[in-house]
Amino acid sequence: MSVEANLAIKARGLTKRFGNLTAVDHLDLDVPSSIIYGFLGPNGSGKTTAIRMLCGLLTPSEGGATVLGLDVPENAKTLKPQIGYMTQRFSLYGDLTVQENLEFIADIYSYNRAGRTERIEELVEQYDLQDQRNQFAGTMSGGQRQRLALACAVLNKPRLLLLDEPTSAVDPKSRRDFWAKLFALADAGTTILVSTHYMDEAERCHRLAILDHGRKVADGSPAELQAATNMSIIEVLANDTQAVQIELGKLAEVASITQLGIRLRVLIPDTISNPLPLVDRVLATASLEAKAALVSASLEDVFVAATLENTTIEQAA
Amino acid sequence: MRKELLQLKRDRLTFAMIVGIPVMQILLFGYAINTDVRNLASAVADQANSHLSRQFIADLGQTQVLDLQYVVDTPQEIEALLKAGEISIGIHIPPDFDRRVIDDRRAAAHLMVDAVDPRVLSVANQLRSMPLSFDATISPPARAGAFEVRPYFNPERRSAVFIIPGLIGIILTLTMMLFTAVAVVREREHGNLELLINTPVSTTQLMIGKVVPYIAIGIVQLTLIIAVGRLLFNVPIRGSILDLYLAASVFVAANLALGLFVSTVVKTQFQAIQITFFILLPSILISGFVFPFDGMPRVVQYLGEVLPTTHFIRLTRGIMLRDAPLGDMSQELLALGVFALVAMTAATIRFSKRLD
Repeated sequence: MSVEANLAIKARGLTKRFGNLTAVDHLDLDVPSSIIYGFLGPNGSGKTTAIRMLCGLLTPSEGGATVLGLDVPENAKTLKPQIGYMTQRFSLYGDLTVQENLEFIADIYSYNRAGRTERIEELVEQYDLQDQRNQFAGTMSGGQRQRLALACAVLNKPRLLLLDEPTSAVDPKSRRDFWAKLFALADAGTTILVSTHYMDEAERCHRLAILDHGRKVADGSPAELQAATNMSIIEVLANDTQAVQIELGKLAEVASITQLGIRLRVLIPDTISNPLPLVDRVLATASLEAKAALVSASLEDVFVAATLENTTIEQAA
Repeated sequence: MRKELLQLKRDRLTFAMIVGIPVMQILLFGYAINTDVRNLASAVADQANSHLSRQFIADLGQTQVLDLQYVVDTPQEIEALLKAGEISIGIHIPPDFDRRVIDDRRAAAHLMVDAVDPRVLSVANQLRSMPLSFDATISPPARAGAFEVRPYFNPERRSAVFIIPGLIGIILTLTMMLFTAVAVVREREHGNLELLINTPVSTTQLMIGKVVPYIAIGIVQLTLIIAVGRLLFNVPIRGSILDLYLAASVFVAANLALGLFVSTVVKTQFQAIQITFFILLPSILISGFVFPFDGMPRVVQYLGEVLPTTHFIRLTRGIMLRDAPLGDMSQELLALGVFALVAMTAATIRFSKRLD
């Protein structure tokens, strides 16, 4: 089998405009089968719009995509039984119980009568919903709702799961459990596309694309992305972080400064050959007590660097 | 306060309502409330067919109170027309009209009146006192009471009999439209819709799923109203109860479809409720529920014909009070059916399975 055939999603020049706003701008995407693919990007970067186009909810203004070998949105009807979609907002019925919600979804997918009860039993157990079975979905906690939503999304055993910021209203413990479920699904052969704005989640993905202002600014595995960044990262330990931040901010070469407690992560383009002495000199001149060291890039640095670049390009244009 | 005004300005529909509702109310009330009823549909059976009777019919036409639409041969035909709801008043001129005119003891002609609406009956009573002004050559004794008024269907002139069959239409319009008008927007607001349209369920299935359960609720409501009407107000059901339920089912479907269409147009539940009331108002005023349909200007009548309630009220009054067979009013039923179909199709087309 060719590489092409192993792609769950292939998008070329996918574009969506809303009036003057270009929400998704010529997005090229190759998502291999059976992996967890992440969409990392800030709010308004076009993650939701891209996902909606991929499942045929929105018509692209330009370009197109092939999902599970089917062209969208033309073949959306054939595609729908094969995908599971979890919306950003909880979109099940708050005034129905867990059991009733699951039955409703099973009906919608015309799940055969015989298999229905069995499948629901299986899901209730798998997603740990035994105690909530007769509880109204509206009264459940964020984590419980998430489990129910995922159970509903996978009820029809889809080959592709599209999850739009699935964990934005969930505590860290529930989030970990949730990801464990996702890995299990991917192992079983399901392709998962998940959007997020959490770095720790992005780090768990097999591959990811960083989106900014509707454009894909980087993609690859988290490790590849970290290795390929075009920024030198200097970590500065200082007591008076505010003063250091002001002094370093004056340097034209500094692309970005992020504070993490008493540490500052300073991003300098790798076109500057000796970034560390540069920083040291500034600190010495201002006679600030601080320790600077060259470190390897974290995913957050990659994200900051990637989204920065895009802004500068835009300003230049 | 500024914020409130700003938000109002953004909500174009509410803004339109602010202007639209008062204008519409004034127009509707101004045209619909018409205490001097004119142009009542009527038929005449002139069995005398004399010079005098023809003169008399011409005089009646001059009054503009009656709109002579049918000329028939027998009073039985008039009764049939009354029953079918085609006319409100029928004039029967007996063969010996010329002799009766000069005979004080006997009525010269009969006015057969659909007395369901008490106002039509009082118009007929006014006609009774119309002086007969025949040409000078004969000069019969001028006298009042040349007519004998025969009230049909509601001889006791009880207003409950008039109101309740119409009220069924109004109640069903309000409740049914609200149910579905809110149905789709609510799912949109709650985010359920995004999930639903991403499933293999088809638009038609979705629409039918939204309508069918409420038809049952409509039927329950109908049963409740006629039971209360029967027990407390002694409103008769003279016709076939099966016909009534059949007509109501089609009417309920029409309203649900209309509500569904509204639901696909509006953005919020609040707007859906506003639109419902916007449609309910004319349904009360120009459907013939309170004001006689014939008394309204032509333009308003055409407008009224568009409303399902107008047709349904004719059907309920026909079936419940006049024992009219549904076959005689098939065009009303057809109108409702067509309305339901058109609204349903429009809703299905408007409701796309996409978000853009």
